[in-house]
Amino acid sequence: MDWYAIFVTTVKASIGLETVVYALAAIGVNVQFGYAGLLNFGQAAFLGVAAYGMAVTVATFHLPFWLGIAIGLVATVILAFLLGIPTLRLRADYLAIVTIAAAEIVRLIFRSVKFSSVFGGSDGRQNFSGDFFAMNPYAPGTYGIGPISFNERVSWVLTVGWVLVALSCALVYLLMKSPWGRVLKAIREDEDAVRSLGKNVFSYKMQALVLGGVIGCLGGFVFALGQASVQPDLFSTEFTFYAYTIVILGGAARVFSPVVGAAIFWVLLVFVGNTLSEAVGAGVIPASIMTVNQVGAVRFMLVGLGLMLLLIFRPQGIFGDKREIALDAR
Amino acid sequence: MRRAVIAFTAFLGGLVFLLASPAWADGEALKGTLQNQGQPVNGVKISVVTEDGQPVKEVTTGADGKWEVPVPKAGKYKVTLDQKTLPKGVALKFANRATLDVQVYEESQRNVLFALVPAGASGAPTPSSSSESSFWDRVAQLTFEGFNLGLIIALAAMGLSLVFGTTGLTNFAHGELLTLGAMSAYFFNVVVGIPLIWAAVAAVVVGGAFGWLQDAFFWNKLRRRGSSLIAMMIISIGLALLMRYIFLFVFGGESSAYLDYNAQPGIQVGPISAAPKNFIAMGIELVVLVIVGLALLRTRVGKAARAVADNPALAASSGINVEQVIRIIWTVGGAVAALAGVMLGLAQNVNYQMGFQILLLVFAGVTLGGLGTAFGALVGSIVVGLFIQLSTLVVPTELKTVGALMVLILVMLFRPQGILGRRERIG
Repeated sequence: MDWYAIFVTTVKASIGLETVVYALAAIGVNVQFGYAGLLNFGQAAFLGVAAYGMAVTVATFHLPFWLGIAIGLVATVILAFLLGIPTLRLRADYLAIVTIAAAEIVRLIFRSVKFSSVFGGSDGRQNFSGDFFAMNPYAPGTYGIGPISFNERVSWVLTVGWVLVALSCALVYLLMKSPWGRVLKAIREDEDAVRSLGKNVFSYKMQALVLGGVIGCLGGFVFALGQASVQPDLFSTEFTFYAYTIVILGGAARVFSPVVGAAIFWVLLVFVGNTLSEAVGAGVIPASIMTVNQVGAVRFMLVGLGLMLLLIFRPQGIFGDKREIALDAR
Repeated sequence: MRRAVIAFTAFLGGLVFLLASPAWADGEALKGTLQNQGQPVNGVKISVVTEDGQPVKEVTTGADGKWEVPVPKAGKYKVTLDQKTLPKGVALKFANRATLDVQVYEESQRNVLFALVPAGASGAPTPSSSSESSFWDRVAQLTFEGFNLGLIIALAAMGLSLVFGTTGLTNFAHGELLTLGAMSAYFFNVVVGIPLIWAAVAAVVVGGAFGWLQDAFFWNKLRRRGSSLIAMMIISIGLALLMRYIFLFVFGGESSAYLDYNAQPGIQVGPISAAPKNFIAMGIELVVLVIVGLALLRTRVGKAARAVADNPALAASSGINVEQVIRIIWTVGGAVAALAGVMLGLAQNVNYQMGFQILLLVFAGVTLGGLGTAFGALVGSIVVGLFIQLSTLVVPTELKTVGALMVLILVMLFRPQGILGRRERIG
């Protein structure tokens, strides 16, 4: 058992690409679900539309990088309107079913052979991150402390990613302290009361959906640039469920909880995965019980189990307040 | 310990050898596996030519149905399957797709898929001389397949809709009940070795028992604790993830077929050609749906179930034991979902994701018919099944699910209560 390697990869995971991407996605989910009580189960589609908007603009149509970012953002806002208009007037679980269906539609279109000349089918799109890495201020080399270090490309992606996370957190903090945020929380608690005070509930919900989607879509950009490719199956519905797990783990309706939740989620996932792989490899766990191929399945079984146990025994997560979670919205 | 290390090293070495054995594994290649209902098809000639017609290579599929053609560089290639070399009783699903244009990317090995189906006893279905009659033949065939799919969705939707009606729970783990049914049948059929019909009966028993256990030891406790509906919905997502990855752990990632009824030659009934197993499966599905429907309409328990679905508090105050009714609904719902899973496994092989993949279609059927109504779910599911299959007349087959999910969103826009639902439910 190589505990040193396990330790290094686990510490790296706490600030790695996945943590950044899931933190951004979860901050978006937190705005929608934690503060406004909207059950958007299609967050993966927001990230996917943004990532593909950028990648297709640059890789398929050979247009500038910043135009790609703009198109990704516009596509995200359009998707939010398309999803919100039919469902925001209906009960919470209808929104859940429609958004999950929309996420599947988006993924199936991205991976279809019919549109592969645009979206690249199941192989996705590559060769669009050149302009982004051309802006890299880091000279070639590795940056970090001792073994916890990254090469210049990863360092650049992580720097941009964590700056975006910090900006998003600051934005959410300021908004939720403002009157706008108070109306949003009031809608979560009692929609009819807010309506009777003359607020346009539909409009506030739509704004929350768009804002959460846009914050999530930043995660889509970081994901695509960090991997220098986009593939349709990165944006499956399970992505959304992991984002929800992260929000609930950290505690809904808290500014920093999605970030802390994402770090804990990935640290645990990487630690369990690596420890099990090492244990199987070293023969501590005999092959009759588990093979290396089955380690991935065990990790995600634990995610499911963890999600269930959290909601049963500690629905407010680590930092949340039990009085402030949207679980009674109906 | 040392022996284990040696064994593991040998295993790794073997793995590396296996992965590296084709010398040109680094270069671009086209490859694929020919399968007819899970069985490899060998001895089929496949030829590859470049975009401008230069022949690259001609190969024959091996005993495992696999073929592979290394190509000189990335680019577009035409891959042709020689239909005359297909064994008897096997035909291309789409006779006009014997030649495929595929793009090979740099440094990648592209999988090429030829969809095979059991052919009619008289050979591949012959295209009719007049295009109009062949169009209507296709409509008839697709309507049949649509009913087939719709009935499976309806079986799954019954339980989902009744659980929603009685407890308010939107159960995202319902798809895994289908997978459980399919996998139990696979276990009894392939591992234990009993005929599929009895394996299916056993699977239905397992499904019913699991439904009962789930309510008795899980959902019932949560309702008593006063867990809110949204919390229970997210708990059901956790349960779905847990079950799906347990299935992956136990069953592995591949799809497998049952032992029985694999390569049935098709029979021709009017314009419809299908394997006899499809007719029998549809018959069973119809009978079960009629029995469940009659039970809901005529028996005391069925009437009680509808009363609870309508208004649990009123039902309780008129002397109905609500908890007992919910327990029965979970049991029957689990059993019927397991049957749906067995039928789905028969139609498209057993796979750990099958239940989750059809769950969205079940949701579409249930919402289309009206959440919480039993008969609405039935009507909605059949509409969804028909829509999915008939939409392939105009959209590519790979996008047929997209159409059905679009309809789900449109229903939300114009008639959110569904076909048979009532307006006040949608609040």
